[in-house]
Amino acid sequence: MREITYAQAINETLQEEFRRDKKYVYMSTETIPAMVKEFGAERIRATPISESAVVGAAIGLAGSGFRPVVNLRMATFGFVATDQIVNQAAKITYMFGGQAKFPIVILMTVGAGRYMAAQHQISPYSMYMNVPGLKIILPATPYDVKGLLRTALRNTNPVIFFTHVALSDERGEVPDDDFTVPFGQAEIKQKGSDVTVVALSRMVQESLAAARQMESQGISVEVIDPRTLVPMDTDTIKNSVVKTGRLVVVDEACPTCGAASEIASQVVQDERSFLSLKAAPKLVTGAGIPIPYSPPMEKFAVPDRTKIAAAIKAVMEGKGRKSR
Amino acid sequence: MQVKQPDKDKLTQLYRTMLTIRRFEERVAADFAEMSIPGLVHSYIGEEACATGVCAALRLDDKIVSTHRGHGHCIAKGADLNRMMAELYGRTTGYCKGKGGSMHIADFSVGMLGANGIVGGGFGIATGAALAAKLEGTDRVAVVFFGDGASQEGTFHENMNLASVWKLPLIFACENNLWGSTVPVELGVAVKDIARRAAGYNMPGVTVDGNDVMAVNDAAEEAVARARTGGGPSFIEMKTYRWRTHTEALWPLGDNRPKDEVESWKKRDPIPSLGNKMIEVHMTTKEELDVIDKEIRARIRNAINFALESPLPAPEDALADVFSDQGGQR
Repeated sequence: MREITYAQAINETLQEEFRRDKKYVYMSTETIPAMVKEFGAERIRATPISESAVVGAAIGLAGSGFRPVVNLRMATFGFVATDQIVNQAAKITYMFGGQAKFPIVILMTVGAGRYMAAQHQISPYSMYMNVPGLKIILPATPYDVKGLLRTALRNTNPVIFFTHVALSDERGEVPDDDFTVPFGQAEIKQKGSDVTVVALSRMVQESLAAARQMESQGISVEVIDPRTLVPMDTDTIKNSVVKTGRLVVVDEACPTCGAASEIASQVVQDERSFLSLKAAPKLVTGAGIPIPYSPPMEKFAVPDRTKIAAAIKAVMEGKGRKSR
Repeated sequence: MQVKQPDKDKLTQLYRTMLTIRRFEERVAADFAEMSIPGLVHSYIGEEACATGVCAALRLDDKIVSTHRGHGHCIAKGADLNRMMAELYGRTTGYCKGKGGSMHIADFSVGMLGANGIVGGGFGIATGAALAAKLEGTDRVAVVFFGDGASQEGTFHENMNLASVWKLPLIFACENNLWGSTVPVELGVAVKDIARRAAGYNMPGVTVDGNDVMAVNDAAEEAVARARTGGGPSFIEMKTYRWRTHTEALWPLGDNRPKDEVESWKKRDPIPSLGNKMIEVHMTTKEELDVIDKEIRARIRNAINFALESPLPAPEDALADVFSDQGGQR
């Protein structure tokens, strides 16, 4: 099977979809030269640095029958357009009683790992998870980028498609056919029987590395990537916990009201998975600080395979209902 | 105001639209005071010539984006009074099935892309609607209505610039009613005439008497013609005044506007201004105008009846329409 990078997956999916449907319009301060060449500057629009106006224009385009794609580049820049995303795009279908559709895809990068400090690195997906009306997508592999971006582009709602800034060069196998990955379908990235590790974005790769370390110590780890946060496939996660009895959630975002705490909350609210727990769930998250610049501090601010491995060992030794 | 005999149909229509807005808003204010209409309502009384004059220059397929003070824009663009009133009454037959209320009425079928509860929130949507017209290669135009207050928002400046850079068929229709919420323009706006800002974005801008429906319409016709023929965006500032406080209120709302200022603007009521002119040149009679008023009052009564006879939503209806592919299903 063909192997491509995460960054290639984004670009070639956009290109393929733009070929498929003339209603797609791309707007960004960063345009892809090959796309400008193929589709023209009318459809691949270089915009001024006006995030609010550009997201607003996407809403107006979508309401007029187009399928806009806005690349805001970094999630930190996305905050400049927060009113347009939260107050306008997310609510407009609902407020107007469903009389119009707003198919909009907003691309933003999340995550640390590039030493760009706090105003160019952040993982704010849980802030948007709290806004009804937005689909929140968070792929970790080239395959998932392709499959989920196709679904995002073909859907009829505002979607925020968060890609990880440090995964651009990550390689992975991608089929040539027109496969899609549906929203709300988690993937078990590795099967295991002792501990369920739910990991988001770049933490999927780190968790798989930690799982390999654990294997040599006789601990069998199941690694699950929800892939989409809204909608979220909690069934796959809960079923896994019922099987393993132990849960570790790994997310590099800040811990407070995060996606990780939401996942843990879903598991303990469900009687079946709650009663299966042999130990209290553990969260491995970012440190709850703005992302610092200097490499030793940046590394400290986010989880890695060592911290994940420590958490896995802790839940293996931890106490819960079943171990009493 | 110049009125000419051949324009009788048009002038009568302008008169009828302005008076419809007035009677609608009077009834809404009364029903709000009686607590039949909940929430927040911003009255358009006094500003009727702005929406009426601008929308009279538009076709059905042209798009408008409105504000929190949006009833006038809806009516002028051709929205249905019954469904508007039903929305204000929170009924299932309302434009938004009771999910929006006064500040979120939209009717995509007549090109009314929505009122907006956020000051300055609608500029981008209008920019997108204008870009859509351009990409489709049609001569459709878009109009964004906004107040003097919104011209202090960042979105105003971003979208003025973007519309100009992209040469979009977009008309910036600024209703300068001299007060941004409870702040007078001289404390909020750095220029005397907001239309002067158009020059900074390389587009033509004019300031007109917003209580003179013909002056507004003339300016709008010119801007629309420019937009339809690829001339890009225009700016129209309409100096006007809202007679009532920023929002309707059940409690005594402090009105810090000078009484004599309010009274002097009431003397410049745009509706009799037009009606009296038409009578003066023997285009119509007081009796004819009274008939129009009676018809309008009957339509407003019908709208109220329609609203009252319509069911309130079931509480669980609130769960539907969060996503478009969810449809009306909960």
